[in-house]
Amino acid sequence: MEGNLNLTLKIWRQKNTQTAGKFETYQVSGISTDMSFLEMIDVLNNRLIEEGDDPVAFDHDCREGICGMCSMYINGRPHGPNRGVTTCQLHMRSFKDGETITVEPWRASAFPVIKDLVVNRSAFDRIIAAGGFISVNTGNAQDANSLPINKDNADDAFAAAACIGCGACVAACKNASAMLFTSAKISQLALLPQGQIEAATRAQAMVAQMDEEGFGACSNTGACEAECPKGISIENIARMNREYFSATFSSK
Amino acid sequence: MAWLTKSFNSSLGKKLLMAITGLFLISFLIVHCGLNATIFLNDGGVAFNEGAEFMGTNPVIRTMEIVLFAGLLLHIFDGLRLWLDNKKKRPVAYAVVDGSANSKWYSRSMGLLGTLLLLFLIIHLKHFWYFSRLTDDLTEAHTLYNEMQIVFQSPIVVVIYVLGCVSLGYHLLHGFQSAFQSLGWNHPKYSPTIKTIGTVYAVVISATFASMPIAFYFHLIH
Ligand code: HEM
Ligand code: SF4
Ligand code: FES
Repeated sequence: MEGNLNLTLKIWRQKNTQTAGKFETYQVSGISTDMSFLEMIDVLNNRLIEEGDDPVAFDHDCREGICGMCSMYINGRPHGPNRGVTTCQLHMRSFKDGETITVEPWRASAFPVIKDLVVNRSAFDRIIAAGGFISVNTGNAQDANSLPINKDNADDAFAAAACIGCGACVAACKNASAMLFTSAKISQLALLPQGQIEAATRAQAMVAQMDEEGFGACSNTGACEAECPKGISIENIARMNREYFSATFSSK
Repeated sequence: MAWLTKSFNSSLGKKLLMAITGLFLISFLIVHCGLNATIFLNDGGVAFNEGAEFMGTNPVIRTMEIVLFAGLLLHIFDGLRLWLDNKKKRPVAYAVVDGSANSKWYSRSMGLLGTLLLLFLIIHLKHFWYFSRLTDDLTEAHTLYNEMQIVFQSPIVVVIYVLGCVSLGYHLLHGFQSAFQSLGWNHPKYSPTIKTIGTVYAVVISATFASMPIAFYFHLIH
């Protein structure tokens, strides 16, 4: 059929965390340009299953760009060649017929490979658990309008809260740093009045957990911001630095 | 004080130290470059030698020289520590990396550029700092200006200096604005100006420094 693609795929196959992985090469043909990247892998997997082989393991859930599960490092870039999209929202029209596509898992010591393209991102959960919360009284919710919030702050907090925790920032960073993720999770609370109660301890606790998980430091290359599917700004990293330093010098 | 060392050993603290020492070195380079540029007055090095004499004898400057070395050593120690730490965070390398799609090469190469700078600095300090501070060779008849004339007769030395200045230029092109980000200074009102000043600073400082050995080599100044 016209417009259909024949592709060579070099995909990272790894049995489990303990064993070393390697690339396997697969040919797929008749791929519609309207398919998403994940649907293209589905086509390959159907064939592998029919042939009695082990299908390629990969993470996915919503397939509409909101859950952050679909972690694939495609041709040297997290979530592939397009800006502002997750792998599930990447369409095959972004590739050329006859192209060789290399697919790797996120590579970071803090994100161990579970199988093939699936990595363990629970380090992110532990960073949030360390301080990414607010204290609220139980009982009836108070009237929302009783808490005035500056429009700019509300907008910035909302923009930071758009982070879906996909880990592309870590995957893109030469230091496998989690600064963009952590700073987004700090900023979404630091910008709002509800976040002030834990402000002095939150940044310290979350940064300490981030370091303990084995993520790298920031070299301010800006690669994270460029590759983030949700357009999270590195202004958040500067805010995290301010929050952390002021907490360091003012906390008891 | 445990809180302080703990904070400066955190990923953010290491970068804070990097930024403070980096900006301090940036301020030093303005003085160093400005003073050396007096060689272009074509006065046979009179103004330059006077300046060098002042820098070598004034007690405040001599104290600042110690602070400068301390700052430089801290910057190098912290920079190499960060570089080595960061390299460990990705034990299995990617087979394909399209770095230019998301960042500038020099922003990803600060450790390499810094190491080149370190090698250059060792040669540079041997040439002039060692000569003027640790030997008795500096006299009225053989001034620091004369020493520059002699050192820069060698084409190899001139090439090393120019390469050193290129490394410095790229290190600063990223480093200047990066330091402000590390300090938490990212603001829509100020950041564009900081970036512009950083670019101008990096280009002017490195080009001015590079022009000095070239000018001596080709006898463009007297
Ligand atoms: C002599 C050897 C030097 C070495 C080994 C070195 C090393 C480094 C490294 C590795 C970084 C990046 C750290 C990171 O982002 O993770 C850095 C940043 C920086 N360096 Fe250097 N450097 C040297 C000299 C200099 C000099 C002479 C200057 C200034 C005149 C300078 C100014 C800066 C600045 C401003 C930064 C940015 C700090 C930040 O991102 O917060 N460096 N240096
Ligand atoms: S900051 Fe962006 S790239 Fe990083 S986890 Fe959040 S959404 Fe993904
Ligand atoms: S599968 Fe949910 S964001 Fe891609």
